Amino acid sequence: MRIAIFVTCIGDTMFPEAARATVEILERLGHEVVFPAEQTCCGQLHLNSGYRDEAARLARKFVEVFGNHELVVAPSSSCVGAVRELYPALLGERVPLLDRVVELSELLVDRLGVDDVGAFFPHRVTYHPTCHSLRVARVGDAPLRLLRRVRALDLIDLQDAAECCGFGGTFAIKNAETSSAILADKCARIEASGAAVCTAIDGSCLLQIGGGLSRRQSAVRTVHLAEILASR
Amino acid sequence: MRAPAESFPLAARHELANAQLRANLATATATIRAKRSAVVSELPDWEELREAAQAIKTDVLARLDDYLLQFEAALEAAGGRVHWARDATEACAAVAEVARSQGVSEVVKVKSLTTDEIELNAALAAAGVHAIETDLAELILQLDGDWPSHILVPAIHRNRTEIRDLFARTIAPGIASNDPSDLAEAARVYLRTKFLEARVGISGANFGVAETGTICVVESEGNGRMCTTLPPVLVTVLGIEKLVPSFADLEVFLQLLPRSSTGERMNPYTSLWTGVAPGDGPQELHVILLDNGRTRVLRDEVGRQALHCIRCSACLNVCPVYTRTGGHAYGSVYPGPIGAILTPQLVGIERAASLPFASSLCGACYEVCPVKIDIPAVLLHLRAEAVRAKAPKSERAAMAAVAWIFASASRLGLAERLAHVLQRPLVRGDVIRRLPPPLAGWTRTRDLKPLASKSFRDWWRAERR
Repeated sequence: MRIAIFVTCIGDTMFPEAARATVEILERLGHEVVFPAEQTCCGQLHLNSGYRDEAARLARKFVEVFGNHELVVAPSSSCVGAVRELYPALLGERVPLLDRVVELSELLVDRLGVDDVGAFFPHRVTYHPTCHSLRVARVGDAPLRLLRRVRALDLIDLQDAAECCGFGGTFAIKNAETSSAILADKCARIEASGAAVCTAIDGSCLLQIGGGLSRRQSAVRTVHLAEILASR
Repeated sequence: MRAPAESFPLAARHELANAQLRANLATATATIRAKRSAVVSELPDWEELREAAQAIKTDVLARLDDYLLQFEAALEAAGGRVHWARDATEACAAVAEVARSQGVSEVVKVKSLTTDEIELNAALAAAGVHAIETDLAELILQLDGDWPSHILVPAIHRNRTEIRDLFARTIAPGIASNDPSDLAEAARVYLRTKFLEARVGISGANFGVAETGTICVVESEGNGRMCTTLPPVLVTVLGIEKLVPSFADLEVFLQLLPRSSTGERMNPYTSLWTGVAPGDGPQELHVILLDNGRTRVLRDEVGRQALHCIRCSACLNVCPVYTRTGGHAYGSVYPGPIGAILTPQLVGIERAASLPFASSLCGACYEVCPVKIDIPAVLLHLRAEAVRAKAPKSERAAMAAVAWIFASASRLGLAERLAHVLQRPLVRGDVIRRLPPPLAGWTRTRDLKPLASKSFRDWWRAERR
């Protein structure tokens, strides 16, 4: 199948390794990946900050760039959620493209029917289900199903896993103290889990959690799910 | 209605510094969350109940004028009297007039957010009438000159030793025990005399039934039942959005409300009264229909769903923000996620512009809301209004610049390379430990992963094309 990748603005500059891993996984499964070069940002930054007109322009650009593609994948549930769930209100219509935009784990498990991608990752891993993956894009347990099939991976439960990490885009800056208080509890639970790696499907949340763990000089590191799935 | 005195980030900073508060909140909200989730999962038709409630409330708001007139006619036919209040001043004056006509200097009150919203106690005090709060937590706050921090558990921020000391200073001199049952007994002894002596009772209402003119109050302690049955005169302040069309509609809400609020299948006391019954209960019944900004909220197609709220507080208990900052940070009688969308609409966005931003948009509130208010969607809507009303010029300029860069992939590619050069002096080892303003808030508690040396875009161009 020919699949267009939407790397997202954060993915492009801060998690390019996760985006490259996404390409690698899909090609390994025999699919062709294309990168429409005119892509930029889904507009969520502007939408969530109250700049609707700018967000609507970026949404229209997204539809223009990806409109001709049969399937669009992104290594981020938050950006996929924005496109699929928030664009209709923003654009005033539900363009057909929106239902063809999927997050990587959704694509693998729900669309391609694959939960074993042949990965090998010999580490103790805990999974943080991000808010937008659960409550906006609604990817369900697809990431966990993929993780359970990774060879040598020891999957560890995370207490209060479904609670927010405190990122929230500009919330992390505008309400830095509150964001940090939420993050402190998330980091403490990740450390208490005994895992060596914390994974998630959103770069934005990994930026927050990784930043918190790094400042605590924690031994736990953050790795995007796509990278675990590409490991062998 | 009073607007927040300071912006949310500033108010939150004070509250977050209180470690005891955070511990109290974490324990209390975790307990309620667990109870709620257990009793909600028992009901196989929970989603259908939520949808029914949403449909009923949507209908009520769409035909509110008809329902209000129907309610007025039914209530007056049953012997009650309806007063229409455009705002807090008119509502308070109507209540004070009833107290004056009875010549009383004390009235007893049921816990009511609506009367807090209109600051009824202060207005009555100015008219020489002392309003005694009879809900235990409200009494505690009133005795201490404090104010509620939670919709349902107003004294959630206080512990029992603090309460014992307060009672020793006020209603129970010499009390030494901080055992909850001893504290409750001290309050009971004090309140019982007040209930028996009062000539006027004051309540809010959870629901008003348009078809019958019935008022419904849902509570746990029984003080509400006392206030609404013992005094010969009863005044109820009812927000106009609290109507339901028919008596049968209560069936939906009386299942949703206790499970969502206290995590109980059924609340201990549900009081319903329809007008005046000779020889039984209050012989004079006043209902004040309060607008106070509600019809203005009704005009907003996206924002009006905030008026569906049945004040259960489930959204507070699951909110990552509320459970860290507590209710006082919101500077309003309506705290938490629902407060963040209701307060700015009631007082005007320019007077509470920081509240719609007091959320990480995690969506936990929408997931638990028993009447399916899409709180994140309303937050986004109000953020846009806040930006229109009063965004700083510097922010507008920055967001416009970013949008201009995002409008073209080649500009974005250039900007990425430029940013990569500019970040160099900031990178220590493999992280950024300190950022300049306006991004300094990030690095006070967090490191930042630097931009990658090669973006995906550049990698693709170099390797794949």
